[in-house]
Amino acid sequence: MTNQKQKININANYKTKYGFNVAENYVYKTEKGLNEEVVKKISEMKDEPKWMRDFRLRAYKIFKEKPMPTWGGDLSKIDFDNIFYYLKPTDNQKRDWEDVPIEMKETFEKLGIPQAERQHLAGVKAQFDSEVIYGSLLKELEDEGIIFLGTDEALKKYPEIFEEYFGKLVPPSDNKFSALNSAVWSGGSFVYIPKGAHVKRPLQAYFRINAQNMGQFERTLIIADEGSYASYVEGCSAPIYSADSLHSAVVEVFVKKGARFKYTTIQNWSNDVYNLVTKRAKVEEDGVMEWVDGNLGSRLTQKYPSCYLVGERAHGEVLSIAYGGKGQHQDAGGKIFHISPNTTSSIISKSVSAFGGRTSYRGLIYVSPSAKNAKSRVECDALILDAESRSDTFPTMKIDESSANIEHEATVSKIGEEKLFYLMSRGLTETEAMSLIVSGFIEPIVKELPLEYAVELNRLIELEMEGSVG
Amino acid sequence: MLKIEDLHINIEGKEIVKGINLEIASGEIHALMGPNGSGKSTLAQALMGHPTYEITKGKVTFNGKNLLKMNPSERSLAGLFLSFQYPSEVLGVNIANFLRLVYNKRVKKTLYPAAFRKLLKEKMEILDMKEEFMDRYLNEGFSGGEKKRMEILQMLILKPKIAILDETDSGLDIDALKIVSKGVTLLNKTAKTGVLLITHYTRLLNHIKPDKVHVMRNGKIVKSGGHELANELEKKGYTAFEE
Repeated sequence: MTNQKQKININANYKTKYGFNVAENYVYKTEKGLNEEVVKKISEMKDEPKWMRDFRLRAYKIFKEKPMPTWGGDLSKIDFDNIFYYLKPTDNQKRDWEDVPIEMKETFEKLGIPQAERQHLAGVKAQFDSEVIYGSLLKELEDEGIIFLGTDEALKKYPEIFEEYFGKLVPPSDNKFSALNSAVWSGGSFVYIPKGAHVKRPLQAYFRINAQNMGQFERTLIIADEGSYASYVEGCSAPIYSADSLHSAVVEVFVKKGARFKYTTIQNWSNDVYNLVTKRAKVEEDGVMEWVDGNLGSRLTQKYPSCYLVGERAHGEVLSIAYGGKGQHQDAGGKIFHISPNTTSSIISKSVSAFGGRTSYRGLIYVSPSAKNAKSRVECDALILDAESRSDTFPTMKIDESSANIEHEATVSKIGEEKLFYLMSRGLTETEAMSLIVSGFIEPIVKELPLEYAVELNRLIELEMEGSVG
Repeated sequence: MLKIEDLHINIEGKEIVKGINLEIASGEIHALMGPNGSGKSTLAQALMGHPTYEITKGKVTFNGKNLLKMNPSERSLAGLFLSFQYPSEVLGVNIANFLRLVYNKRVKKTLYPAAFRKLLKEKMEILDMKEEFMDRYLNEGFSGGEKKRMEILQMLILKPKIAILDETDSGLDIDALKIVSKGVTLLNKTAKTGVLLITHYTRLLNHIKPDKVHVMRNGKIVKSGGHELANELEKKGYTAFEE
């Protein structure tokens, strides 16, 4: 047979599909770099209450004091002085798509938003650099008491909720990047689902970085009140610049008694974005939290969505899928803290590395002495497509209670010659066979995604021939 | 249709097949019999184009074309089929979707899911397979017998010109053997598919009647004959057929 070297290249057409940018046309932009004045300026621009300003300044101090973490990927190239921390793209958030400034409208329309809204979604937020520039929510949901706002707007309308919840799950002192986010946060979503409300269609947010050397620091706060159900989907992308950008978000989700919340992310940042995100949920009695976390883009992602199972019978789930291509490192996974009796959890991670890319699974299962009969299952599977690529597994288990039932399974596989031959013998080319094996590998996670994202992900697994066809 | 001339095959530098001549015409059924290690499976895999099998000498023409110049995919699209002795399990790949993909490539048209599922269902009925099977993952967690049936199902879908069945009978109980035989015979009769049955045992030949029987030992065909050769083999065993 001819010896063809064919590989799969996810995002082969990133440049045309997502990598464009529009002219920078800002209402306000802070100077490059970060200092106390910049923090104060952001707070002033937003006309915030004093406690939030103080919160930011306190967080900035912590950020300055904390050393750069070294346990994960290579963060040494991040130049905090070469980043814009706040860019205000427009005066205010629009409710009518027609009012959105033309270049932003074109950007989001090219990305398929809000077409998706009309078909599948309960509500939409679109963030352009630092601010949410468009938002909508179905009228009947608004009438039911569901709140879906940009975080800045929500802070003005519901200060008492913010004082109770904001920064309580992920305090600034949690890690260097949560401190940074707390100091300069802007935008993000605020979601409140009232007691017993069931929102069948997902709420969606789309985060777009447009400017060069931009830092995007959105802050999302979600409260699913007792017995409620809802889901939230977010997507992200950015133009390709040779200069690095930083995306560092904080997401806090409060799942009350008997509530269920599903948070899905498909991150497809361009390969010059550092994506360092802290996501955490607190789950009360009989509550269920599901994280579905897809990491396709970015230069380096460090993200481990976590669940604190504080109520009895609470359940937490993390489904993580990562693709590490050329020049990329996906350091992803999940953390579960079993605090109460009869809590259950699972972490399922699937990663694919190719073209010299790197994926790491990093996870933690903690069972406290108070968590009798906790049950957890961890499964991490890695698929490595060529000899230049790499995958590592860093699972940590801290089990302080003997009645715990913990299962852990890990597999690392390469695309076997036998499997390729088998599929080719049915008439598929090598590339088609490889693509089928990869999509089969990630299928268990893809089927958990909302339809339009599943379609998108499958489309992303596009094929590129490399080298000669003999 | 398939013409093999003086074919020599190496695996990792060692010669396993040492000069084979064989010609299978459209609609013919040939049985290739021999003990373990005689080179039968090597021949089958090499004919399909397995990359680790090296052809050191000889010629193979398929439908007038040089088969050895084609990659496995091209061989399949040209109408060659191999029923694997050990089919791979491919996780997450839905059988109906997979078979529709390969069917559309083979027949060069686009059959949409609903129409294809109807076709697939008909073929599955021939093999006494439950409809649920079409939404399982390809060979994943299948028993030995289920995997063999899946191979034959793929054969019925692809309608090859020549089908090589590599020990498809091993590990099948008598009922499964009958069903598999029915599928092979049907395709042979209706599509004039030429068949190369590779087997240790004569019991398959009670269900599929070969036109020719070849005995293979130590990389060579040591004797060829009609169906009666199988009976002789049954009585005397392979040791009677030295080189």
